[in-house]
Amino acid sequence: MVKNVQAGVGQFVPAVRRHGAPIRITVDGEALDARAGDSILAAVLLRRRALRRHEFGGELRAGFCLMGACQDCWVWLDRERRVRACTTTVTEGMRIDLDAPDEEPASFD
Amino acid sequence: MTRVAIVGAGPAGIRAAAALVEAGIRPVLLDEAARPGGQGYRTPSPGLDLDMAALMGSEAAHHARLHGLFAAIHDRVDYRPETLVWAVDGRTLHVATQGRAGMVAFDALLLATGATDRVVPCPGWTKPGVFTLGGAQAILKDQGCFIGRRVAFVGSSPLLLLAALQYQSLGAHVAAVVDTTPFGAKLAALPDLAASPRTLRRGIAYRTKLRAAGIPVHDGAAPVAIEGRDGVEGVRLRHGAREWTIACDAVALGHGLKPETQLADLAGAQFAYDPVFRQWLPETDADGRAGPSLYLAGDGAAIGGAYAAEASGTLAAAALLADHGRPQPKATLRRLRQEVARLRRFQRGLARAFAWPAGQAAALPDDATLCRCEGITAGEVRRAMAQPLGPREVNRVKAITRVGMGRCQGRICGPALADIVAAAAGLDHAAVGRLRGQAPVKPIPLVLGAEPAG
Amino acid sequence: MIGRSADVAIVGGGLMGVWTAFFLARSGRRVVLFEKGPVGAQSSGVNFGNLRLQGRFGGQYPLSLRSHALWEDFEALTGETCEFEATGHLYVAANADEAARLEGYARQAEAHGIAIERVGGNELRRRWPWLGEGVHAATYSARDATANPRLATPAAARAAARLGAEIREGVRVTDVRREGDGFTVELEGAGTLSFGAVVNAAGAWALSIAERFGESAPLFPAGPPHFVTEPVPYRIVPSVQAVDGSVIARQIPRGNVIMAGYPRTASDPVLNRAPVPPAKTLAGMGHLARTLPALRHAHVIRVWSGIEGYLPDMLPVIGPSVTTPGLFHAFGFCGHGFQLGPGVGAALAELIVDGTSPTPLTPFSIGRFGEGVAVSDKFLKEFDQPAAVTS
Repeated sequence: MVKNVQAGVGQFVPAVRRHGAPIRITVDGEALDARAGDSILAAVLLRRRALRRHEFGGELRAGFCLMGACQDCWVWLDRERRVRACTTTVTEGMRIDLDAPDEEPASFD
Repeated sequence: MTRVAIVGAGPAGIRAAAALVEAGIRPVLLDEAARPGGQGYRTPSPGLDLDMAALMGSEAAHHARLHGLFAAIHDRVDYRPETLVWAVDGRTLHVATQGRAGMVAFDALLLATGATDRVVPCPGWTKPGVFTLGGAQAILKDQGCFIGRRVAFVGSSPLLLLAALQYQSLGAHVAAVVDTTPFGAKLAALPDLAASPRTLRRGIAYRTKLRAAGIPVHDGAAPVAIEGRDGVEGVRLRHGAREWTIACDAVALGHGLKPETQLADLAGAQFAYDPVFRQWLPETDADGRAGPSLYLAGDGAAIGGAYAAEASGTLAAAALLADHGRPQPKATLRRLRQEVARLRRFQRGLARAFAWPAGQAAALPDDATLCRCEGITAGEVRRAMAQPLGPREVNRVKAITRVGMGRCQGRICGPALADIVAAAAGLDHAAVGRLRGQAPVKPIPLVLGAEPAG
Repeated sequence: MIGRSADVAIVGGGLMGVWTAFFLARSGRRVVLFEKGPVGAQSSGVNFGNLRLQGRFGGQYPLSLRSHALWEDFEALTGETCEFEATGHLYVAANADEAARLEGYARQAEAHGIAIERVGGNELRRRWPWLGEGVHAATYSARDATANPRLATPAAARAAARLGAEIREGVRVTDVRREGDGFTVELEGAGTLSFGAVVNAAGAWALSIAERFGESAPLFPAGPPHFVTEPVPYRIVPSVQAVDGSVIARQIPRGNVIMAGYPRTASDPVLNRAPVPPAKTLAGMGHLARTLPALRHAHVIRVWSGIEGYLPDMLPVIGPSVTTPGLFHAFGFCGHGFQLGPGVGAALAELIVDGTSPTPLTPFSIGRFGEGVAVSDKFLKEFDQPAAVTS
């Protein structure tokens, strides 16, 4: 995996603390700690630089409008469902993937 | 009893609901968000150590009052959060809640659908780390996050200064505020701006505070490109002959707001071109009537800001009541109309002062992405138009190139598309049309149709 | 033809009109095409994009096969691409009755030399694992194809223009009159021109011309409820159609899945509107989710329909006027005209230039409506309200 997509290097920065209960989700097979109340988008971008890959061209995307309008943050949930990351709250055990099922795993070199 | 459906639980929708409740009507209040307040006056997600009053600053009292009002009427409103209204069919709304389809029948429909950012694209604007200006504020209020470590606020909007101050006050590093409108253009709009001296004074104070905090504010500079390999590493600017790069890892981009008019379109509102906002806006009378039993309020009708949204919500509800056999006091109506007109006039002043940089949109380089959803470049649009029998109207350009055809239905690229098409066709901006609304207003899953709507 | 503006006027810049212009221009005729809006913006540009050979009316196969060969040659003919893909077409049956109907369609197609595979049981799942459990049997035709309707008509119009045809967009024809052995065509705000022959390819608006010459057809406007999904991984190569018409779907290589399905929906050629009732969209979504369950979590991103001309026997009007020499019709394609477009253009051009075409067009004569209208079973299946027919 490449720099900038590594866990721990987030695009977002917490401005204040969150007290919600810890919640575990998986992103690209990697466990990630979130808190109750986090949107999927915030949970992922607090630890990574990108959220998904664009369907046409494959470049990285991390959402844009952050309020459910631009539709640029749809991710794969549980290898099957599609959710808009900015308006969906994390729940325990969620499995999020950057790439569509049956495609090669993420490699951004 | 009159069945009233309100779409949107922001300032306009909540005020409208309150006015109807007062008249003894229990409206259905449908909102896509999980919590009331809309975009600007949103409720933070639970568990955040966020001092909302401090964050809202001068708006804190309004914010608190609106949420207090919502709490007071909550049990007299059929409030349905997390509900997307995806289509209008005669007197029925088609909705999606938690993956299930539903219908809401109404006698009168009041749309308070709010606004989203209007953005001029620039090369690199699809990189992770570039967000809308409204998004930069929304993620702070909703999730308690900054969009990056070093944030540049770029565009043409009075909210640039406000957002930068909000970030700065909570400890973020603000790399710069870049306002693409020259200072002279702002001065020229002063007569309209004087319609709301309080807001005008506040804007000037923001500027002073930012300067005092050592944050550079560049007027009249335009972004050449957002640079970086996998994410944002800087924004390259140009002012006259000078070009330079500001190092940053996030950019908030915003050039004013645009109403969310998709539902109004599906509900049959007529649209007219507004040369000041350079937008097609739904036509209403002074009270918000847009058609038989159709009322529009708030920024979803015309950009006016939160105060105008509240007043226009109350006013549209009063019009609705009057049209359904409950005459309203003339003095109240007159006062509300004056209030809405004054605040909207001020916004027109702002639209002049913080002008949409049409030339910048029209000059988007050929290889830059215009449509984020479909990955269509400005050059693809220009090449399609340059062919014999090439399209010269935005809906035809969409049909031929797929621009604006993706998940967002042209919400984001639509304004810049119109400028690019107008420039390429040699036509006036108003002559290239507007992207027609099509259901669904936002994406809906196939499983929604697997069970009958009820 | 001294004093004439050109040999042939074509009214209507849909697929039929532009291909007729193309073949006439290729035969050296001077052609002017008039289109009230942009070319290919009505049903030619918003249809499903099916180039289906399976399940057509038997008498149409000579025309259909001729047209198919032209589609296969689209790039060479026009110098442009239109996302033509020989995807194959999978016709699926939900039960034995439907399978028997498929067998009937298959025999008819085979009689015209089309290769049809009959697939059932395990073979069905092995070859097309994305098919839902409700699919009982299927027939597959490998030569069937799809193309992007938004691109095809403008491309053919440009090709016609390169051959010398004059394509006039944004010009409304307000009157067509007989004058001597030719025609006078009156244009809104653009004067009057004279021609030796006129082709009426005005789609859902075609009666306004035909009726000036004392002939008519029970034409009414309608459209298919369409939608398209967000892009999902490309797996479903053939277009898939259910015998009952509840699903007509195809995935494009970009990943979007395009869906049409019956019952069709009303459209308004006067206001130029073709709204889709949301209930029909929901019903279609349910059918698609059951037929192709892998898609059930994909999202619909756009809904549309079009303004197509329909006739109760579900056959188009193609060929010469029965009242007026030099007038030719091509309209009322009942939602299956896309595949026929280039063939209709070629055959009409022959009728105009040579007076005859090797492609039989008799079943499509406008004269057939003189003897009362037969309502097709297909019609009853595809519409909510047969009452929509004005007889």
